[in-house]
Amino acid sequence: MKHRLIPAPVMERVRAVVFHRRVVFGIPFLWLMLFFLLPFALVMKISFSSAVMAIPPYEPVVRWADDTFSIVLNFGNYLFLASDSLYVAAYWGSVKTAFLATVACLLIGYPMAYAMARAPKHWQLVFLLLVMLPSWTSFLIRVYAWMGILGNQGLLNSLLLWLGVINEPIRMLNTNFAVVLGIAYAYLPFMVLPIYTNLVKLDVRLLEAASDLGCRSLTTFWRITLPLSKAGIIAGTMLVFIPAVGEFVIPELLGGPDTLMIGKVLWEEFFSNRDWPVASALAIVMLALLLVPIVLFHRFQAREMEKHG
Amino acid sequence: MGNSRGFSFSRVMLVLGLLFLYLPMFVLIVYSFNASRLVSVWAGFSTHWYGELFRDQQILSAVWMSLRIAFYSASMAVCLGTLCAFVITRFRRMRGRTLLSSMITAPLVMPEVITGLSLLLLFVQMAQLIGWPVDRGMATIWIAHTTFCSAYVAVVVSARLREVDRSIEEAAMDLGCTPLKTFFIITLPVIAPALISGWLLAFTLSLDDLVIASFVSGPGATTLPMVVFSSVRMGVSPKINALATIIILVVSVIAFIAWYWMQRAERRQRTRG
Repeated sequence: MKHRLIPAPVMERVRAVVFHRRVVFGIPFLWLMLFFLLPFALVMKISFSSAVMAIPPYEPVVRWADDTFSIVLNFGNYLFLASDSLYVAAYWGSVKTAFLATVACLLIGYPMAYAMARAPKHWQLVFLLLVMLPSWTSFLIRVYAWMGILGNQGLLNSLLLWLGVINEPIRMLNTNFAVVLGIAYAYLPFMVLPIYTNLVKLDVRLLEAASDLGCRSLTTFWRITLPLSKAGIIAGTMLVFIPAVGEFVIPELLGGPDTLMIGKVLWEEFFSNRDWPVASALAIVMLALLLVPIVLFHRFQAREMEKHG
Repeated sequence: MGNSRGFSFSRVMLVLGLLFLYLPMFVLIVYSFNASRLVSVWAGFSTHWYGELFRDQQILSAVWMSLRIAFYSASMAVCLGTLCAFVITRFRRMRGRTLLSSMITAPLVMPEVITGLSLLLLFVQMAQLIGWPVDRGMATIWIAHTTFCSAYVAVVVSARLREVDRSIEEAAMDLGCTPLKTFFIITLPVIAPALISGWLLAFTLSLDDLVIASFVSGPGATTLPMVVFSSVRMGVSPKINALATIIILVVSVIAFIAWYWMQRAERRQRTRG
């Protein structure tokens, strides 16, 4: 007679709570399973297929015909990626470009975040909005702005010519330099924001204690501020580096013919060559390359989101 | 705080960084009023390109399409993102919670080409298996945008949920409120500002997306970034400068209103405290 111990109305309440929790959990879980996880499994599947002239343009991997169930895995796409130096160069170019842009963001963004965190309270909000505002306008248009500035007849070349610094225009647009600059420009707010959030929570008493004990300000920075803001630096770095590796718009608009980046190659395989299996294989390899940074970012983000206030 | 006056390296960098962020946008605004088509030539002040912009039927219908998709995506993303934030901050021992939190944070950094490609393959397979979607367009873009915008909403809302005083919710439940009613009369008003900022963020993200929409869209649905991209690919166009100026103006006005509200709320809190 165990159930007698719990009065019926209480049991009903418990059931209601459990039911609500299941619904709250179930809806987003099913949505994300269907529209986030399952698609990756499909990319994996199609990457083992081969391209044909059909709609959709690939061979089915799993087949049921003439009473035989067959799974045909074609590793050709991966072998093709490994054998063609274009793809290897594109992966390497992406990582290199994203790395340079991330370093540039960090070198500009960290001092900015530091100054913001040290500013008076009412100014912090203003600076925060000023840093975030560009990212709320249009990404595409902000990248486009550099086309007018960097072009051979663009603003910067005209200015330098007029000043007499140079005699003929320097080619800046359609170079790798322009791509790095564009990525650093477009992603800078995503570097500043997490570092600022981290620095603003820093316990000022630690810094005061250090200076009371005779620590010079530069030493205090290296030994206290910088190590304590590690979490913000990691988050910012990942928020810039990971999407930058797969960037398409910036190399397309600012890059030149020698700019090889994997996002652009994937786009061309998909839209111009209509080779969906190779595009899928490219995506899987890119994902494998980015797995470590993504896991690193996820661990940081999960800790941030679960922390008690 | 230590040396709060005078110049320091970081303060100079802040000013330079802000100049770096704003000068290119400023250039766009100035050149949108240039009578000449060329960037290097200033041919006098003119609003000619604005007139041209408002006569461009293709851009206008793309704007309308983008605004509708952004509205629906942001609204759905706020619902899904809030549910996720609840699971992550409240249901600590629930099975599958870790998987859910991985799935919701991954879109924050996932390269867009991968998300776009994977969703397109899903829609193609779905069309083969269950006959839906027959045509890719607004509905498929809506699903794609909702999925990646939910991640941003979840981050914003979970930050707020962590600060909510749970004892009030518990009191309401002890007094016989159902969980649903407790949510609507206690929790919702407290997290409302986060829901609004999450909605706005999702709205701008959806409005801005080119890559994912290009993958999952069909011939019937052309969003604004697609039109801008195809025109910008050909080079600098003064019409796009005019469009950029309008976008920057609208965002600035909304940001200013947000700043005014936040600052007023903060001041009120200070006088009360």
